[in-house]
Amino acid sequence: MSRVVDIQDLTITFDTDAGPVRAVRGVSLHVEPGEVLAVVGESGSGKTVTARSILGLLPSTAQTSGAVLLSRPDGSAPHDVTTLSGADLRAVRGRDAAMVFQEPSSVLNPVFPVGWQIAEGLRAHGGLSRAEARERAIDVLRRVGIPDPEHRVDHYPHQFSGGQKQRIVIAQALVLNPSLIIADEPTTALDVTVQAEILDLLRRLPAEFGTAVVLITHNMGVVADLADRVAVMYDGEIVEQASVADLFAAPQHAYTRALLDAVPRVGGLRLRDRSESAEASLARKVVDRDGPAVVEARGLRITYPGRLRTPGFTAVDGVDLRIGPGEVVGLVGESGSGKTTIGRAIGGLTPVSEGSLEVLGIEMNGVRERRFRPVRKRIGFVFQDPATSFNPLLTIAQCIAEPLVVHGVAASPHAARGRVDELLEAVQLPRAFGDRFPHELSGGQRQRASLARALALDPELLIADEPTSALDVSVQARVLDLFARLQSELGFACLFISHDLAVVDLLADRIMVLHRGLVVEEGTGDDVLGAPQHPYTQRLLASLPVPDPVEQAARRTAWEATRA
Amino acid sequence: MTTVIPERAPLYKRLPVVHQLRTSVGLQRTMLVAGLVLTAIFVLTAIFAPLLAPYSWDQLRAGGELFGAQQGPSADHWLGTTVGGFDVLSRVIWGARTALLTIVIGVALSIFLGVAIGLVSGYFGGWLDRVLVVIADAIYAFPSLLLAILAAIVISGGQSSMWGGILATAISITVVFIPQYFRVIRAEAVRIKAEAFVESARVVGSSHTRIMTRHVLRNSTRTLPLIVTLNAGEAVLTLAGLGFLGFGIEPTEAGDWGYDLNKALADVTSGIWWTAIPPGVAIILAVLGVSLVGESLNDLADPRLRTRRRAAATAGVVGTTTAVPGGVLSAGPEGVAGMDDLEGPPDFPLSGPTAEDGERA
Repeated sequence: MSRVVDIQDLTITFDTDAGPVRAVRGVSLHVEPGEVLAVVGESGSGKTVTARSILGLLPSTAQTSGAVLLSRPDGSAPHDVTTLSGADLRAVRGRDAAMVFQEPSSVLNPVFPVGWQIAEGLRAHGGLSRAEARERAIDVLRRVGIPDPEHRVDHYPHQFSGGQKQRIVIAQALVLNPSLIIADEPTTALDVTVQAEILDLLRRLPAEFGTAVVLITHNMGVVADLADRVAVMYDGEIVEQASVADLFAAPQHAYTRALLDAVPRVGGLRLRDRSESAEASLARKVVDRDGPAVVEARGLRITYPGRLRTPGFTAVDGVDLRIGPGEVVGLVGESGSGKTTIGRAIGGLTPVSEGSLEVLGIEMNGVRERRFRPVRKRIGFVFQDPATSFNPLLTIAQCIAEPLVVHGVAASPHAARGRVDELLEAVQLPRAFGDRFPHELSGGQRQRASLARALALDPELLIADEPTSALDVSVQARVLDLFARLQSELGFACLFISHDLAVVDLLADRIMVLHRGLVVEEGTGDDVLGAPQHPYTQRLLASLPVPDPVEQAARRTAWEATRA
Repeated sequence: MTTVIPERAPLYKRLPVVHQLRTSVGLQRTMLVAGLVLTAIFVLTAIFAPLLAPYSWDQLRAGGELFGAQQGPSADHWLGTTVGGFDVLSRVIWGARTALLTIVIGVALSIFLGVAIGLVSGYFGGWLDRVLVVIADAIYAFPSLLLAILAAIVISGGQSSMWGGILATAISITVVFIPQYFRVIRAEAVRIKAEAFVESARVVGSSHTRIMTRHVLRNSTRTLPLIVTLNAGEAVLTLAGLGFLGFGIEPTEAGDWGYDLNKALADVTSGIWWTAIPPGVAIILAVLGVSLVGESLNDLADPRLRTRRRAAATAGVVGTTTAVPGGVLSAGPEGVAGMDDLEGPPDFPLSGPTAEDGERA
């Protein structure tokens, strides 16, 4: 059988308000039957657009040239998807190739049972009775590993967990037995332990279903775990194509090398160690490490009130925490573990329900805003999403000047400009950026400006809530590097919240692993990640795919052993 | 760093309507232009009524001679005269002034009150918010014309002076429109107060007043131009409705399209068309003009409805600009969020953690 899909010299142009934009330029790709091809690249590199063109899923503002030859399961001559429209295109979708999207909760329609949604594809392509369609739906649900499919086929999406929902989405794609599945960031929205399960399922697809997979991802660990062949995209072009072993062993293109270098690894070089040794000559604030704690929590409990007659939800359930002066504490956990809630409580955004939380000498349990306000100038906060953490109508300089103006350090944003320029330089942004608006900066630049704002009043404590999780790997590396450098120069204490073990390992003096509102393990990076004691930490570490195909293969075997 | 800086247009090009006019193409542009032209004619007529109208609104005679009632169109009276002996053209032109005053007063009153209440209600929430929402819903259920009749009686005791008529209409539409502004601003405030930049302002220690004015208010006024134009149309209709029902302005006080329509009712059956059609057409064109502007603004504000110039199939390479797939569709307030990531090519090799062989696990 010939190639499943053959993309020849594909160019895609978008009409935008700012004129035409070329998103994809002359891309040629092909997928063999049963092969897993990973397309990697940063956001905006054109990888999603390329993959969507296989199904003709481009918005009406797109113009395509080149050819996308998609083979048919019956073996007849392949057709060019770019020339199809209307009913012909609908016939192709789902039957010849199907798509798995990133966010399972928003892909499934909440008002229909999952079985109905799986059978929707069968109905669209016709020829099956209700009972047959249901039979097929149950069958495919069983094959993707949903327990008790005869019963659960009638359940609604909200009755499934995130990982199960993604399995259902995969089942939806598989039900028509397409020869190709396009998986667009299939595990990005999932926790690490769930990601491992989904990756396991995706790995079985070629063997058990005979399906080729185009995997779009920015996670090099996932690539190492799953792919046979890798295409690296940069700025709308394919800069390198190689088998997975070759690519990781000997990357050819400079961009690929930079991308691989930028991926943080557990147990890799620590940024703190490097900055302490290499730049010891720099003037830096001396902090008395043994001084009184900046943050001290004892038996901290935070409960979100429930609706009428339903009990509240306990997000944090008795946590003891201490952050000393100048210390970086990494808080790791999956979504729902309560790590963000702890950060918000320290920042005074969420009230404490029980126990004691002392922040810079103020007891936060039942604190009044008036009493806490003077302390706020000693706390900086960096938010997760750089896109929304700036007022879109104010310039960057005005945003950074905001804390200075509010606390009376400067009379107006204009008067604060000198300090703002200093701060911009400290975070390695040109001074001229102060006059730009937030949307004129890239994600990484915005996050650096966010850091500048947090540091405006020279705080003693910085709370960083997933500061790099919305960024691309190479951008993340630069932001983390800057973060480590500033921390060692300015000597602030820091609570670094992240779901990424490797990122936390890079920066933190001490790591706390949070699971369902409880601290399950605490210690230095070497202790916690080198020799984890708690089974949850062990599972977390084993689930983390490493960007090295050889090592990942060994880890996969170990992971399967822990699961059995 | 070779970052592409998006050109920022000069201030006048970024003003609400001008900006939309510049970005529109095709049918949407035609609609917007037609609406703007109609609205401009309406506003200019109202402003320059003394120059345009051949006679005053209450003039019955010129050079000591009566116009006469129900006279057909002639050189002296282009659109004839009414049953009361007034010049139809003059009354239609002066009527534009009454309508414009009603719009300005009604919209100005409701916008200030509605925005202020909506902002406080949405930002603070709690019991105040709940009470205000219930009141707003109750007002929604109230027919605006009935309210206007009530206001007309209360304000002028049935004596229909010019200001009495205008204020009665303005106040009644104020009462009816406040809930609309209230709801829109409240919904935006509720959304925006959960945004990270408001949280960031709270963490910094900004006072509530500062957060409300500097961060929430400025970001919640996006849809206001749209509601203003739609409400302006409704204001004209309410004024005309009042006049038609006999609660309008006396002919000796000001021109009033609704009043003229009411008086023209009997003429229609006797074949006199010139007394009814001109004020009717004036009402239609005024409402159509502002509604067209409003509808086009609505379409242009939504990136999914906005049509764009087609790119030539062989468009040149556009710098190092890259598009985020799907970003253009889910554009944020700035409209072109898809163009956000304009970071240039990183200077190789990227500085960052270099973890060569420290694998240990």
